Amino acid sequence: MTQKPAQPVQEVKNTTCYMCACRCGIRVHLRDGEIRFIDGNPDHPLNQGVICAKGSSGIMKQYSPARLTKPLRRKAGAARGAGEFEAISWEDAFSVLAERLGKIRATDPKKFALFTGRDQMQALTGMFARQFGTPNYAAHGGFCSVNMAAGMIYTIGGSFWEFGGPDLDRAKLFVMIGTAEDHHSNPLKMALGKFKRDGGRFVSINPVRSGYSAIADEWVPIRPGTDGAFLLAVIHEIIAKGLYDREFLVQYSNAGELVNTDEASDEFGMFLRTEVPEEETCYDPQDKLWWDRKTNKPVLTHAEGADPFLLGEFKMRDGTPVKPSFQLLHERVKDYTPEWAEGVTGVPAATIRRLAYEMGVTARDQRIELPIAWTDTWGKEHDTVIGNPVAFHAMRGLAAHSNGFHSIRALAILMSLLGTIDRPGGFRHKVPFPRPIPPCARPPNHPNAVQPNKPLDGMALGWPADPDDLFVDADGGPVRIDKGFSWEYPLSVHGLMHNVITNAWRGDPYKIDTLLIFMANMAWNSTMNAVEVRKMLNDKDENGDYKIPFIVVADAFQSEMTAFADLILPDTTYLERHDVMSLLDRPISEFDGPVDSVRIPVVPPTGECKPFQEVLIELGARLKLPAFVTKEGARKYRDYPDFIINYETEPGSGIGFLAGWRGKGGEKSLRGEPNPNQWEMYAKNNCVFHYELPKSYQYMRNWNQGYLEWSQRNRITRYAEPILINIYSEVLMRFRQAAQGKGFSRKPPAHLAKRVATFFDPLPFYYDTLEAQQTDKHKYPLAAITQRPMAMYHSWDSQNAWLRQIHAHNLLYVNTQTARVAGIEDNDWIWVESQWGKVKCMAKHSEAVEPGTVWTWNAIGKAAGAWGLAPDANESQQGFLLNHLISEELPACERGNNLRVSNSDPVTGQAAWYDVRVRIYKVGAGETAVTSPQFEPLKPYPGQPERKSVWNYFAGGKK
Amino acid sequence: MTQLALVIDLNVCVGCHACVTNCKEWNTSGEAGPMVDQNPYGKDPTGTFFNRVQTFEVGEFPNTETVHFPKSCLHCEDPPCVPVCPTGASYKRKEDGIVLVDYEKCIGCKYCSWACPYGARELDEQQKVMKKCTLCVDRIYDTTMTEEERRPACVRACPTSARLFGDIHDPHSSVSRAIRYAHGYQLMPEWGTNPANHYLPRRKTKLRIREDELERADNPLKIDSQLPKPGKAEPSLDDVTSW
Repeated sequence: MTQKPAQPVQEVKNTTCYMCACRCGIRVHLRDGEIRFIDGNPDHPLNQGVICAKGSSGIMKQYSPARLTKPLRRKAGAARGAGEFEAISWEDAFSVLAERLGKIRATDPKKFALFTGRDQMQALTGMFARQFGTPNYAAHGGFCSVNMAAGMIYTIGGSFWEFGGPDLDRAKLFVMIGTAEDHHSNPLKMALGKFKRDGGRFVSINPVRSGYSAIADEWVPIRPGTDGAFLLAVIHEIIAKGLYDREFLVQYSNAGELVNTDEASDEFGMFLRTEVPEEETCYDPQDKLWWDRKTNKPVLTHAEGADPFLLGEFKMRDGTPVKPSFQLLHERVKDYTPEWAEGVTGVPAATIRRLAYEMGVTARDQRIELPIAWTDTWGKEHDTVIGNPVAFHAMRGLAAHSNGFHSIRALAILMSLLGTIDRPGGFRHKVPFPRPIPPCARPPNHPNAVQPNKPLDGMALGWPADPDDLFVDADGGPVRIDKGFSWEYPLSVHGLMHNVITNAWRGDPYKIDTLLIFMANMAWNSTMNAVEVRKMLNDKDENGDYKIPFIVVADAFQSEMTAFADLILPDTTYLERHDVMSLLDRPISEFDGPVDSVRIPVVPPTGECKPFQEVLIELGARLKLPAFVTKEGARKYRDYPDFIINYETEPGSGIGFLAGWRGKGGEKSLRGEPNPNQWEMYAKNNCVFHYELPKSYQYMRNWNQGYLEWSQRNRITRYAEPILINIYSEVLMRFRQAAQGKGFSRKPPAHLAKRVATFFDPLPFYYDTLEAQQTDKHKYPLAAITQRPMAMYHSWDSQNAWLRQIHAHNLLYVNTQTARVAGIEDNDWIWVESQWGKVKCMAKHSEAVEPGTVWTWNAIGKAAGAWGLAPDANESQQGFLLNHLISEELPACERGNNLRVSNSDPVTGQAAWYDVRVRIYKVGAGETAVTSPQFEPLKPYPGQPERKSVWNYFAGGKK
Repeated sequence: MTQLALVIDLNVCVGCHACVTNCKEWNTSGEAGPMVDQNPYGKDPTGTFFNRVQTFEVGEFPNTETVHFPKSCLHCEDPPCVPVCPTGASYKRKEDGIVLVDYEKCIGCKYCSWACPYGARELDEQQKVMKKCTLCVDRIYDTTMTEEERRPACVRACPTSARLFGDIHDPHSSVSRAIRYAHGYQLMPEWGTNPANHYLPRRKTKLRIREDELERADNPLKIDSQLPKPGKAEPSLDDVTSW
């Protein structure tokens, strides 16, 4: 071996990973200032020392040839998409932006739209948008997993990932449905390894056996988009066999609450209510009724000694017919038999029954009792915490369908029937969840919320509780550019980023001026219908002006989207900046209490890169947005670290971005005055703050008096009242009621009334996905879906030199029998065609995919020359995107008009990525062995580092 | 005599490749590095890795297993790569059984890679020497590190703890116990190489539900299917019969 370098300078710095969305604690080892090694921080609660393939490849991200290092302006006369830029100074970039945005703000702030691909800086990006006064703001949740957030939060007050998760430490049976690998990946991997070694049983229900499904004890192949049918049939069996946790349902859900079943009444479908003494700050008064079994009379819920009928029908004294909501659920699932579900899902009825029994019997017979005393919100003291050890996990596999909201409601109801909510071995919340159903934040409900030179009157994103919370104008039309919170997608709590470009291009509902995209590849893998969307970005009106007049892209890398920018703002990497994983945002809390963390730069910024946070603070000051300037109009915060220390949600609130080491000397937690040394204290403590709740506050938190009061005292939630599980959703019923012309709230426009009435069903139901309803299934017999490989998921680059050696191109996996019937051999070039478009790619035979499904790894295909890759790189020549086959819009169901709606869930606006149907056939003789479509190769931009042809990486100089 | 080795639990390996890139990251800047990457941003990128994960499908739909199979030098107790080396560059350490390559002596003749039945050796195309897993020999004896850190990079990185490290000749070590209790096996023992690394097979947990478990005295339907009694004032046969 060669000589070692003479006494290199070795340093180790702690920070937080951002190679994906997990946010593990990492230690960066530097040798002579160069990154020698990144390993997991053993003292970090989230990853406890482990790290993944992406985290271990952070070095290659730092030194990537795709790095953007200078602010860039599109060359005069160059077309968008051609990627011809000239370097400009930051001062020029800021003055261009400040002038343009200043004019917009002074006239019509909604003409500025800010959409971000990452949703972990939302507290700041959302605040900037609100301060600017535009409602046109969202992160990527709408095209990611909003169905999972909304479906579960509107049912149990919490959801998976940042909001909660499966307690595999104590579970005995774990059921994972659909692709879910990319959310909280390292913690889930750690838990899964331990769970399997402890002898737990793991069942995976998924069209594809990849990822975690590989180590499942049983793989249950299912047709994409039919999960709801499977879950409803399981619910059918759980009720039919009496395998539900009655005590849990009675006490902690609205299963026993009486619903008005008089169809003629304006109150049809609503809970019966009685007068109760009005309590202060009451969000969901406990004024509903049970029908008591002992007295055979209606009584106030939770009345001392009462026990409600869950089944049956009753008549109130005034003759009003009523039923408990559990009776309505029972009626709903009556025809959802396993035999029916077999025909829909492809899962044999016997398997559905067996799995239902496994869940029900395990929940009942493997009961856990922990010696933890707690008090419920009705004042009853409990000596123990009970758990039924059946845990579930699901994310995008369930969510990314146009019927996903109701599938997920069905899952949350199943979890509740089994008595597993915030209990050991089941599902557990993470602070700040559980929250009221729905959470308190509301979007603005009137176009007047948008005013020149004023902040938006309301949160850009919130949780509608009834039609009066919708953000619509007097005619019921949308106010947001993405039509979020309109009658088309009333509960679009994460917005609809996937429709922004199409809507802005068409000028529907209006034209905008400036579109600022942060870290989102909306000209490629983050958009549906990529070919057409790229044309829209470059399209001009009859005057020769761009239909979307000004596009700004902030990114650290030369993505396909940057090519369409008029102005590029070079962002830093995660190793070069300060950052916070805040409780105001998407936190990283554990089951046992709140956690937040920070990033602290370990290397200096590359070139002229500037953290996007600094860009927002600078712009905020230049535009004199109230939160960023003093009363006198002077700049308030020196920089982002200064902002993080000193910003409070309201003057003196003591609530800021970071919960740890607050108070002047760092002596306070969660709330307290700003601490000038807060960053240093995080740095000394592994960059993470972990507040462990007392054991008695760690479970049953929807109804745990101690926890809810703690949460209220620390201003995490406003209310401390019980959060009853919504088996029956009155919130949904309010929208249906409005669509039926009843009640006093707003009514939908006539053309949307049927849609709202259909999909706002207070109980989950199964319907074929909207795209499938409009597809000739004989012509397009196959479902096409994507997954992300573990070495790349939630990372937005595959130009990484090491990771691309694992996946440089993707193939279309086809069940061997299906392929043979189509005359397709292994590795043949084929066309994949949907009713919206076609792509050419290579087919791979597989026994690990359901015969009616084809699938591929997403986001490996790249446009030629993008991401600093050579134009002949595998990503662009053999890699491909399924996005070209997926439309961002569908024809509206009503005949005789040209209306189009988003290809999304009609409740939440969740992008229906996984609904597309395709056919496959071999390419013709003489067709080239290159993927299609192809685009003109991008050339490197000014300031991009050189693309090495051989690399012998060795940190800290030569060996 | 000590024989250090990895024991890889296929029952929990999810194929995430953490071991692959963490190994590369540690070793490229370590004593065994650098580890070249050719065409890192071009067509057909290829580079030196000490550890790779291969994925196989086994069986026919729907009885398919997807197996993720991490593979690196197995540190054979009787390594065929050592005697074929004409320069003595390939050697097995007496003190801990690690098989290493001395880059100073290696002439890149590839005899060892032909002799290795497992395909564990890779020629570094830049340095023209044979490279392979060292069990992070530059970590495991580094007393400046904590005990937790003195393990191979791949073992520390693995999120599912699918990789165990230790002395398989010590019957009380965690690796020996894992091999005994979880039926650890060697790859291709018929070659007589006696590989030190072992693999633990898939283990299935099943649940059997007996019919009588669905018929229980505490079935809540016993409560919930009891419908309310009719009111005493409701009409009944009692009102119209008098015999």
